Amino acid sequence: MLGLNKKDTKFLLIVIALTMLTPFLTQPFAENSGLAQFNAGYPDLMQRFAIYGIFAIGFNILFGLTGYLSFGHAAFLGVGSYSAVWMMKLLTVNVIPGIILAIVVSGLFALVIGYVSLRRSGIYFSILTLALAQMSFNLAYSVLTPITNGETGLQLALDDPRILMAKNTSGSLPTTNLFGLSMNSSAKWEVLGHVFTFNVGYYFCGVIAVIAFYISLRIFRSPFGLMLRAVKTNQTRMSYTGLNARPYTLAAFVISGMYAGLAGGLLASMDPLAGAERMQWTASGEVVIMTILGGAGTLMGPVLGAGFIKYFENIFSKINDTVLHGWFNFLPDGLENLLVTLIHPFVGKGWHLTLGALFMLVVIFLPGGLMEGGQRITKWIKNKRSGGGDPNSNKTHAPKPTPHVAE
Amino acid sequence: MDTLLLQILNGLDKGSAYALIALGLTLIFGTLGVVNFAHGALFMLGSFCAVTFSRLLSLSSVKLDETKLDFLGNPTEIKTPYVEAWFGPETGAAIIDWAVPLSLLLAIPFMILVGFVMERGLIKHFYKRPHADQILVTFGLAIVLQEIIKAIFGANPIPTPAPDIFKGSFDFGLALGMDANKIIYPYWRMVYFSFSLVVIGAVFSFLQFTTFGMVVRAGMADRETVGLLGIDIDKRFTFMFGIAAAVAGVAGAMYTPINSPNYHMGMDFLVLSFVVVVVGGMGSLPGAVLAGFMLGILESFASMNWIKDIIPGIDQIIIYLVAIIILLTRPRGLMGRKGVMEE
Repeated sequence: MLGLNKKDTKFLLIVIALTMLTPFLTQPFAENSGLAQFNAGYPDLMQRFAIYGIFAIGFNILFGLTGYLSFGHAAFLGVGSYSAVWMMKLLTVNVIPGIILAIVVSGLFALVIGYVSLRRSGIYFSILTLALAQMSFNLAYSVLTPITNGETGLQLALDDPRILMAKNTSGSLPTTNLFGLSMNSSAKWEVLGHVFTFNVGYYFCGVIAVIAFYISLRIFRSPFGLMLRAVKTNQTRMSYTGLNARPYTLAAFVISGMYAGLAGGLLASMDPLAGAERMQWTASGEVVIMTILGGAGTLMGPVLGAGFIKYFENIFSKINDTVLHGWFNFLPDGLENLLVTLIHPFVGKGWHLTLGALFMLVVIFLPGGLMEGGQRITKWIKNKRSGGGDPNSNKTHAPKPTPHVAE
Repeated sequence: MDTLLLQILNGLDKGSAYALIALGLTLIFGTLGVVNFAHGALFMLGSFCAVTFSRLLSLSSVKLDETKLDFLGNPTEIKTPYVEAWFGPETGAAIIDWAVPLSLLLAIPFMILVGFVMERGLIKHFYKRPHADQILVTFGLAIVLQEIIKAIFGANPIPTPAPDIFKGSFDFGLALGMDANKIIYPYWRMVYFSFSLVVIGAVFSFLQFTTFGMVVRAGMADRETVGLLGIDIDKRFTFMFGIAAAVAGVAGAMYTPINSPNYHMGMDFLVLSFVVVVVGGMGSLPGAVLAGFMLGILESFASMNWIKDIIPGIDQIIIYLVAIIILLTRPRGLMGRKGVMEE
């Protein structure tokens, strides 16, 4: 189906099912139970899962396949956001034109940046992208204020022209919509103490994310993807065979830039404002962390990493002292306070510390990310079941898998 | 003439900071071949050494003073720092005042220790892995260090003043026979600049004139051969890592009066210092120093009003612009050796 083999089709169907069922999957606990704060089924967060999933999928096309580590990808996210908001200011608050403009503009921007920075490889490439992105951030923050509205950030205003829309007489800002279907409208379904929210914006992002995933699946399985992997494995050897790698890496760079722009456009569609801090280099670092954490070079890994980080950012960071005391109040007072003091730096406001430490651990011990971790566990369980008699489990003479190219 | 001189002077202190961080960075890169994204965090740790030291010195006991009464007629509480209690008010206050320069006493051994632990505990395992992995793991470490500092010292910048006798500024204009108040330059910036020259000189002469330095330079050129000669090169490289960390650390400690330490200063300086290293040439020590001062001065020139009028925003991007041009036209940087990290 759709030019995929049987295994991939099954994979795609699973992804579609997961995307469609997210409102259920992220809402496992009943509303009034003590664990309700771990529910992630509210529209804002679900949209972020999908959007940052797209961002990470795109980054993975560049980093996972070619091994070029870009530290400036947030610039494309920012450019996408700005262009989408401008479209909404000038033409219409329908999200489709905004998203198309975001993809086009970020693609062009990526073409320029990629053309410049792909002249170097390795660490020079990382530093070039870092410098170029930081330069765009500084420009967006100061000089380009007429376009980006400086540090305030770009947002919709009542007196925007919006030439494709009827004159605004309601005195309130229009909400972003898809041909009249408002992005922030959602249906709620209450059953057995659970409240499931079905949000238009989320499903819109989800459908686009599935399409983006499908495209990346096709890229992974195509000769083009194979070529990119060859670039990663040994570029010198590849150029000896007479192939010029530049057009391929540039294409990968532009594609991943367009993915980032799409994510930026979607962010602006869900909440029509764009700020320069979206482009800062630490924001680029975040997508790097997402991809590595989930597993660079794998199909599902980046999405998993993005979901993981966004979940932690929104849920884990809400655990404060009071919540901790609530958890441990069955313990004697001294022990309770000790445990709370010990755990406190790692949760709530300090969740970045947990993230940084986790990221380091993954880079050190699990270069394939969470996906490799999952595979190792399944393999281990399988081996246990078959009593260790599996001939394939004898690893002494088997070649080790190359990091990041794992499937 | 005077504006020219003024801008050069203004650029020097920032240039000194860039040069010192870049020096350590390129020392690590040149010796160990490791791309250290946690180097900005080391600079920040040094800054917070100064903060810690000033806090330690001003730890105080609260006493009730029976002789002084507040408006309700109760004895007032007075705080006396322990140092003042021990050394008398005058000497004690002077010691507290010197907290920032004295913090070097704390920063140097502490940073060498941090460098040792980092190299032995983490970096050692990454020599054979690709540069991307080194960037990633040190980036993670930078986040962890930053968050630890944030958890301990809070998110707000902590102003840490320079010693009293370095407050105020020196009138360069008067000294050069021009009008008074034309070119005035804060004393602490002069101190920082001369301090950075001393540190740079010390690092260079250490590498140039000691046997240890000679071995390290030989190891930079050909690590395996030096190892084959029966020299434990790893131990020396670990020590070099410690020195590089200490250079970044003392640079941070002395920089505190110019820029109040905050937890994200490491990340802010990191990008710039990488740019400096690239402009100077990866692995070239004189290149890093030269590029550091050059970019610092260029930045201060670019922030002059009439230049900003011609090209708006140039002060924000000049450094990156220079770096991009250099990388594209001369990938090995200003003084880089041929063949180091080139395609």
